[in-house]
Amino acid sequence: MTKHLLGAAALAAVAALVPVAPASAQPKTITLCWAAWDPANALVELSKDFTAKSGVGMKFEFVPWPNFADRMLNELNSKGKLCDLLIGDSQWIGGSAENGHYVKLNDFFAKEGIKMDDFMPATVLGYSEWPKGTPNYWALPAMGDALGWTYRKDWFARPDIQADFKKKYNRDLAVPKTLTELTEIAQFFQGREIDGKKVYGAAIFTERGSEGITMGVSNFLYPYGFKYEDPKKPYSMEGFVNSEGAVKGLEAYKALFKCCTPPGYTDAYMQEGLDAFKSGQVALQMNWFAFFPGLYKDEKVGGEHIGFFVNPPEKERGSQLGGQGMSVVSYSPNKAEALAYIKWFASPDVQKKWWALGGYSAHKAVLNDPGFAATAPFAADFLKAMGEVVDFWAEPSYAQLLLAEQKRVHDYVVADKGTAKEALDSLIKDWQKVFKDDGKK
Amino acid sequence: MLGGPPAIRRLRRAFTIAVEMRPTTIIAMTEITPVPSLAARVASASPDWMARRASGLSDRSIAWLFIAPTVVLLLAINIFPLIWTIRLSFTNYRANRPNAPLLSVGIDHYQSILSDADIWAAMQATAHFVVWTIVLQTLLGFALAYLIDRKFRGHALWTTIILIPMMLSPAVVGNFWRFLYQPQIGLFNYLVAFVSGVPPSSFEMIGSVKLAPWAIILVDTWMWTPYVALIILAGLRSIPDYIYEAAEVDRASKWRQFWSITLPMVLPFIMLAVLFRGIENFKMFDMVNLLTSGGPGSTTEVASITLKREAFEKWRTGFSSAFAVILFVTVFGLANIYVKALNRVRQR
Amino acid sequence: MSTGIVTAHSVVEPSGRAKTVAATLVIAYAVISMIPLAWILLTGFKSPPDSISYPPKVIFEPTLEGYCNLFTTRSRQTAEYMATLPPPVGTCEEIARGRNMVIAGSSNYVPRFINSLVIAFGSTFCAVALGTLAAYGFSRFKVPLADDLLFFILSTRMMPPIAVAIPIYLMYRELGLSDTRLGMILLYTSVNVSLAVWLLKGFIDEIPREYEEAAMVDGYTRFHAFWKVVLPQATTGIAATAIFCLIFAWNEYAFAVLLTSGEAQTAPPFIPIIIGEGGQDWPAVAAGTTLFLVPILAFTVLLRRHLLRGITFGAVRK
Repeated sequence: MTKHLLGAAALAAVAALVPVAPASAQPKTITLCWAAWDPANALVELSKDFTAKSGVGMKFEFVPWPNFADRMLNELNSKGKLCDLLIGDSQWIGGSAENGHYVKLNDFFAKEGIKMDDFMPATVLGYSEWPKGTPNYWALPAMGDALGWTYRKDWFARPDIQADFKKKYNRDLAVPKTLTELTEIAQFFQGREIDGKKVYGAAIFTERGSEGITMGVSNFLYPYGFKYEDPKKPYSMEGFVNSEGAVKGLEAYKALFKCCTPPGYTDAYMQEGLDAFKSGQVALQMNWFAFFPGLYKDEKVGGEHIGFFVNPPEKERGSQLGGQGMSVVSYSPNKAEALAYIKWFASPDVQKKWWALGGYSAHKAVLNDPGFAATAPFAADFLKAMGEVVDFWAEPSYAQLLLAEQKRVHDYVVADKGTAKEALDSLIKDWQKVFKDDGKK
Repeated sequence: MLGGPPAIRRLRRAFTIAVEMRPTTIIAMTEITPVPSLAARVASASPDWMARRASGLSDRSIAWLFIAPTVVLLLAINIFPLIWTIRLSFTNYRANRPNAPLLSVGIDHYQSILSDADIWAAMQATAHFVVWTIVLQTLLGFALAYLIDRKFRGHALWTTIILIPMMLSPAVVGNFWRFLYQPQIGLFNYLVAFVSGVPPSSFEMIGSVKLAPWAIILVDTWMWTPYVALIILAGLRSIPDYIYEAAEVDRASKWRQFWSITLPMVLPFIMLAVLFRGIENFKMFDMVNLLTSGGPGSTTEVASITLKREAFEKWRTGFSSAFAVILFVTVFGLANIYVKALNRVRQR
Repeated sequence: MSTGIVTAHSVVEPSGRAKTVAATLVIAYAVISMIPLAWILLTGFKSPPDSISYPPKVIFEPTLEGYCNLFTTRSRQTAEYMATLPPPVGTCEEIARGRNMVIAGSSNYVPRFINSLVIAFGSTFCAVALGTLAAYGFSRFKVPLADDLLFFILSTRMMPPIAVAIPIYLMYRELGLSDTRLGMILLYTSVNVSLAVWLLKGFIDEIPREYEEAAMVDGYTRFHAFWKVVLPQATTGIAATAIFCLIFAWNEYAFAVLLTSGEAQTAPPFIPIIIGEGGQDWPAVAAGTTLFLVPILAFTVLLRRHLLRGITFGAVRK
C-alpha cells in the first residue's frame, strides 16, 4: 500500500515537469485581469463583441477586492505573464509607470486617434496620468466610480416610521443633506423592529486588511475639511491632515461606527455591505456606485425598495474617488492584441453599450449626453459625485501610505486606541517618514 | 525484593533511555529485539573490514553520494537565500524598484526595528499567542492523552477522529472560523448563548480588542491539541508496566505513582511537544491573517503578518530582511537554550 | 515481576469505572471538536442565503448549489434572455436558472486541486527519497561535522515562511521559476527534506547494520544493500515521514500565495477567496474545504498505523 502511494507520488513528480500542453493551433486569446465584482461580469458580456469583431478570444482572471491589490502587484513585481491587460486601481499608476509595469500609451493613442479630451477630466487625471497633471498616459479610463450611499426607500416611505422620525428630530425623514443628518437617520433605525426583525442603522467600511476603512473614513474626512497636503507646498501635511475639521470628521466616523452598525461589523468592506443591505439588515449602506446597477435589479431590495444618494457634505463637498483605468502590461507577449482591445473599448458605441450593461463609462459621449441622468436612478448622483471626487495618494509608495492610514484609523475607530488627534498626528509622522525615504520633502 | 521509592528511582534509571549529548537528538529507545536471522548471524561472525572491502567504492565517496543531493538542494534553496537575506538587510533594496540605485545603510534597519513601538507590539502579540497556546494545548493534550491511555474500548477509533482538525489547511481553517465567529450568522456565538444564556449578539470574538487574542488562541488549540496529545500518548505508552507493578508492590498511592513515575518519564515528551508547537506558533501567519487580518487595529498582528506587510505590500525588502534575521536569531537562540534544557531533563 | 520482552504499555490495567469515565470524557471532547467540522460539511449543502441566515439554520433544505458554485462560473442574465434559452441540462444548470443565471464556464477549482496534487505529492516523494538517502548516509558513515550539520539542517525550519519567501521571491523572479510547479516542488522539497532527514535518521539508526553488511559480504554493493535490505525495514519510518511531509505541502499557504499566480496556484490560496454575488460564497467555500480534506484524510487513514511512531519521531518501537 505504502509502495503504491509512494509510486503515485513519483508519477506526480514526473507530471510536474511535463509542461502544460500549449494551445498551439487555437486562435489567440488574451487575458484580462480585474477585480471580481458586478462590473467585471458586465465586461465579460461586453467583450463578446470584441471576440466577434477581431477573432481574439478573451480569458478573464478576476480576484476579489480584498486580495486584488496584493495579488496583482505581486504579479507585476515578479514580471508575471498572467495578464495581458490589467484594469488596475487608480493608485497603482505611479508605481506602475515608474517601475515599467505598464506600457506608455501616448504613441498608441496618437496613432489610433484616441483623444483623452473625449474622457471626463477627473477620470483622465485620476486613472491615466503620471505624473499627475502631465500628458503622460499609462491607462485608458475604463470605469468611473465614486463612493456613494444607498438607502431603503421603502422604509423611508412608511407613514409610521415617518411619524416617529418627525416626532424625534422635528424634520421629515428624507435623503440626508449633511453627514450629521445621516448619522441621525442611522441612529433612528438602529435597533428598530421592522417586519418582525431587528434592523440596524448603517453598513460602512471598516475593513483592515487592504483599503476598506481608509476608503470609508475618507468619505467623512473630505466633507469635514481634511486635505492631504498644503496646496501651496506639496507634501506639507501639518495642519491639513490633522486640521480641526479632520479631527472632527474622524471622530464622527467613529461615532457612526460605534452607535449604528450591525454587531460584528468590525472588518467589513464592499461585499459585507452588500450582504447586510440585501438581507435587510440595514437602512443605509455606504458602497461604490459600481454596485448600484446590480442592487437596483435585486429581487428583494431593488426597484422601488432602494434609493441612492451622493456622499452628503458637511462643511464642504467631497466623495472618495474609485474607478480604474485599463492598461497593457509590459511583460505581456500579446501586446498587439491587447492594444487592439483598448482601441475597441475606447470607441463611443462600445462605451455606450458598456454603460447599458452596468459599467460606468468615463467617455464624454455617454456622460455628457443630455439624457444620461434619466437612464438610471443613480446616474445624476454619479455625475454629481464625479464632479467632486478626491483621490488618495497615487505616489509610487502609495501602499506604504495606505497601510499607515489603515493601521492608524482602524486602531482608533475599532480598537479604541488613543484620540482622533493622536491618530492623525501619528499618521502625519508615518507619512513624513515615507516621503523622506523617497527623497521628497 | 525491592525497597521503597528510592528503588523506583533506581529502576527507572536502569531502564534509562540511551541518549546522545547533542541538540540533534531524537529519543532513541533501545529494546530487546528478537534474535535476528541467519544473515545477521553470519554478519556478526565476519569481521568489519571484510564487509567494507566488498562494497567497491571507498566509504567516503559513497557517503557523499548519499548526502550530496540533499546538501546541494539545501544550499541552493535554504542557505544561499539566507545569506542573500543577510546581505540585503544592510541595504535599502526594494523588490518593486529593482532599477533604483542600491545603497548600503549599515545597521539602520536593525536600529529602527529594535526601537519601533509597532514592531514591539507585534512581538508582544506573538508572545501572548505562543505562550497561551502552549499552556492550553499542553494541559488539554496531557489530559486527553491520559484518558486515551486508559485504553477503553474503541479508543483507537476515537484517537483517529480527534486528529482530523490538524489535517486541515490552517489558512482554510482561519477563513472558516471567521464565518463561525460572526455574531449574527456564525455558530459560535449561538453555542455559547445556548450553554451560558448570554445573548448571542452581545459579544464578538474577532471584533473586540479583549477577545480577539483569545479567538485566535482558541482556534489554534482546536487544531493542534490532538497533536500534542498524541506525542504525550507515545510518552505514556513508553513507560513499561513493571515500574508501575513495582510501585503497586510498594503500595505507593496512585497520586504518588503519577508524580514520581508518570510525570517525570513523560516530561521529555511534553517538552518536545512544547518545542515543536512553540516554533510553529512563532512562525504563525496564515491562520491568524485569514481570521482577523491582524485586527482589530493591530491587536492580533503577529510578527509574521507585520513581516508580510513590510516585505510584500510595502516592498521594503531591505528592512524586512533585517526583521527576518532578527526573528530567526530570536527563535534560534530560544530553541537552543530550550533544547539544552530538554537534554538535561533527559539525562536524569 | 515481568521478564523477557518489555511490552512498553502503560499502567497496570485500569478499572472498568476508570475506563468508562475516560471514554465519556474523550468521546465528549471528540464530539465537541467535531462540531465545527460538521458545520463545514453541512454548510456545503446549504443555499447561499441559508448559509448567512440569522440565527444560523440547523434544519434547512439541502441543495447541491454550493458544490455547483464551486465548480462553475455563472453570469446573471435578464429575464428576457432567460426565456429564449433551451431547457436546462443537469442539476447545476437548473439551480443556476432558478437564480436567473446561466453557467458561463468552469471555475478554477479543479486546476488548483490538480496543482495541489502534483506539487504536494511530487515534493513529498522527492523529500522522502532525498531524505532517506541522506539519513542513511548520516547514519552509516562518519560524516565530518555530522551533528552540527544536522542541527543546522533542522534550524532552517525555524524561519518564518514569509522570511524565507523574501529571497526566494527574488531568486525565482530572476530564474523564471515564479508561478511554476517545478519551483514550488523544489521549495517544498527543500523545506521538507530537513524534517525528513531528521526523522528518518532516527528510524534508520534502529536498523542493525549487520543486515546490510551481511548482504555486502554476499557481494551486494552498498547501494544495492541499501535498496534491498535497509529500505524494506524502514517502511514504517518512510510512511510516517511521508505523512508529515504531505500534510505540510498539501496545506501550505504562505509560499503558495506569494509565489504562485495563475499557473501553479494550489487550492489553499484559492478556497478563501471564492465569493458569490455579495460576500463570500460560504457553501462553495465549505464544499471546497470538504473536498480538499478528502485526499489527506484518505492518505492518513491508510497509513494511520505508522502515524503514532512518526509523531514521536521514532521514539517508540512497535
